[in-house]
Amino acid sequence: MANTIGVIGDRDSVLLFKAVGLDVFFETEGEKAQRTIRRLVREGYRVIFMTEELYTQCGEAVAQFKSEAFPAIIPIPGNKGTRGVGMQDIKKNVEKAIGADILFSEGR
Amino acid sequence: MAAMEFKPTRMELTNLKKRKAVAVRGHKMMKDKRDELVRRFIVYVRRNRELREEMERKLGEALKAFVLARASMGGEAIEEALMYPARAAQVAIGMEHVLSIQVPRLTIEESGEFQYPYGFATTSAELDGAVRALGEILPMLLELAQVEKTCNRLADEIEKTRRRVNALEYVMIPQFIEGIRQIKMKLDENERGNLTRLMKTKDMLAKKGN
Repeated sequence: MANTIGVIGDRDSVLLFKAVGLDVFFETEGEKAQRTIRRLVREGYRVIFMTEELYTQCGEAVAQFKSEAFPAIIPIPGNKGTRGVGMQDIKKNVEKAIGADILFSEGR
Repeated sequence: MAAMEFKPTRMELTNLKKRKAVAVRGHKMMKDKRDELVRRFIVYVRRNRELREEMERKLGEALKAFVLARASMGGEAIEEALMYPARAAQVAIGMEHVLSIQVPRLTIEESGEFQYPYGFATTSAELDGAVRALGEILPMLLELAQVEKTCNRLADEIEKTRRRVNALEYVMIPQFIEGIRQIKMKLDENERGNLTRLMKTKDMLAKKGN
């Protein structure tokens, strides 16, 4: 079976993913990364992990595939640590679905 | 509200009544669907949040270990060690249906013991640690991908369903009710008109006969 999981990010952050057998693509610019996303989707990748830095730069491509079953584009923290982009997305989902933020107000 | 114009005929009235019945039934079903979607969404989104928190913490640790490894080994040696994965991660991709929404289902197929993709001669212990940590995170990453996508899809669907419920409740159904009322009034009015005309004619005929 062809590999179906890709990782896109800057070299330092994603090189490690090679060791566990995922396909790694080095990108640092949003424009190029968007093209890479589209290429990966054409080639049949079903899950794409991206570093948060790139994820925020690729809003257009991310939005395009957001409402489809595949691929899942998932932000992961890069080697500079997390900036809460992923959490922000979850929060947005909650607000969209329910109309108010009911999950994240608990803790604060 | 822009009221729709209906022809005041009996046929139109029957049609309208039928359409209203369908709309009411649809509205009830949509509402049930929305409630169920929201319930499931909350379960998923809680899980999503937990997973993400855990993943971000653990991945951060793994990456930190990797940075240390890089520092102790030098970039080229590390790239050499990691460039050729020992095995491709085998992931089975399936589909699942949550209330007729397609969501991905990812399951990792373990192919035996965890292996380091390199020999131990030229690599440092820190790298071993980082690679092992990431190997352990991988199933979690996949679950996160699955759950997060499910949440996305559910949120979309909930929004859509809510719109439909509202459109039915506040636009379609009131329009039908209003239409039915109008037609009924018009028909009744015609009926009364007819009746008075008949009575009048009867009167006139009676006078003539006399």
